[in-house]
Amino acid sequence: MNLSPDQTIYWQYKFLKLNATIVFTWALMLFLVIGSIAITSNISKDTKRSRWQGLLEIILTTILKQIEDVGLKHSKKYLSFLGTLFLFIAAASIGTLIPGFDPPTGSLSTTAALALCVFVAVPLFGIEEQGIGAYLKSYIKPTFIMLPFNIISELSRTLALAIRLFGNMMSGAMIVGILLSITPFLFPVVMTVLGLLTGMVQAYIFSILAAVYIAAATRVHKQKTAPQSEGPILNNQHS
Amino acid sequence: MEGLTMIAMTSIIMAGLTTGFGTMGPALAEGRAVATALKSLAQQPDASPTITRTLFVGLAMIESTAIYCFVISMILIFANPFWNLAISHAAGK
Repeated sequence: MNLSPDQTIYWQYKFLKLNATIVFTWALMLFLVIGSIAITSNISKDTKRSRWQGLLEIILTTILKQIEDVGLKHSKKYLSFLGTLFLFIAAASIGTLIPGFDPPTGSLSTTAALALCVFVAVPLFGIEEQGIGAYLKSYIKPTFIMLPFNIISELSRTLALAIRLFGNMMSGAMIVGILLSITPFLFPVVMTVLGLLTGMVQAYIFSILAAVYIAAATRVHKQKTAPQSEGPILNNQHS
Repeated sequence: MEGLTMIAMTSIIMAGLTTGFGTMGPALAEGRAVATALKSLAQQPDASPTITRTLFVGLAMIESTAIYCFVISMILIFANPFWNLAISHAAGK
């Protein structure tokens, strides 16, 4: 039994390996890019519009609203990054409906790459919003003693993002595989439906957590003036 | 072969124990979280979007500890590094 799609190798030339993760990632990228281009090529501004444009607008406005709800001011600026993360992970988990499709997010290398994107993007957005000095000062925020803990939390939350997504996607495929050998007919279907739900929730969680991290990095000294209801729970501690 | 049997036995037993004990805490925690969220939903139905979003994010974080345990037991069973080491050691001799 394969633990991840990394181990299915289609083509190999010396040290270059083309495994299932890369192939399915490319397929997903092609699908998303071509689909978006096809929909947005004949976009209309009046009241009569195609149903595909309606679908895209619903997705777009929902993502924008969710980003705003987290507390990011200029949500359009972060839409391209957070929306891409969400769409990629969501499409990967919906794609498991197609037989033979291994979700590329079921491989630790993909999720580690996505988590590293968040790890790099958070300081970039933070520096862009409040300047390099003020951003670096946020690491010694309560006192100077907290500096190592802030750095550790930065690293550990990246690790947690990667492992969480990988574990959820991998466990879905693994449980279906194990159940197929025990109770073949009905029960794996139920677990597959549950896996779809888990995949969507994980896509939501991943992008919302990225948004929360960015919101925490771009917040400009607002802790005392505007306390937010969900801010302290989400922004302080998550291993 | 004695070492191989020992490694296999320990890995299988510890994989079961890891998932068993590792899911206990998150199960209790998720139960508490959902119960509190339901209580506050009943008190304030207007705040349901905020409560639901925070609940989902929190549940995913709580659940991730159980997922870590699951990943570790899967590694112990399907991709055990010590198992491969012991096999290559035995093949070398």
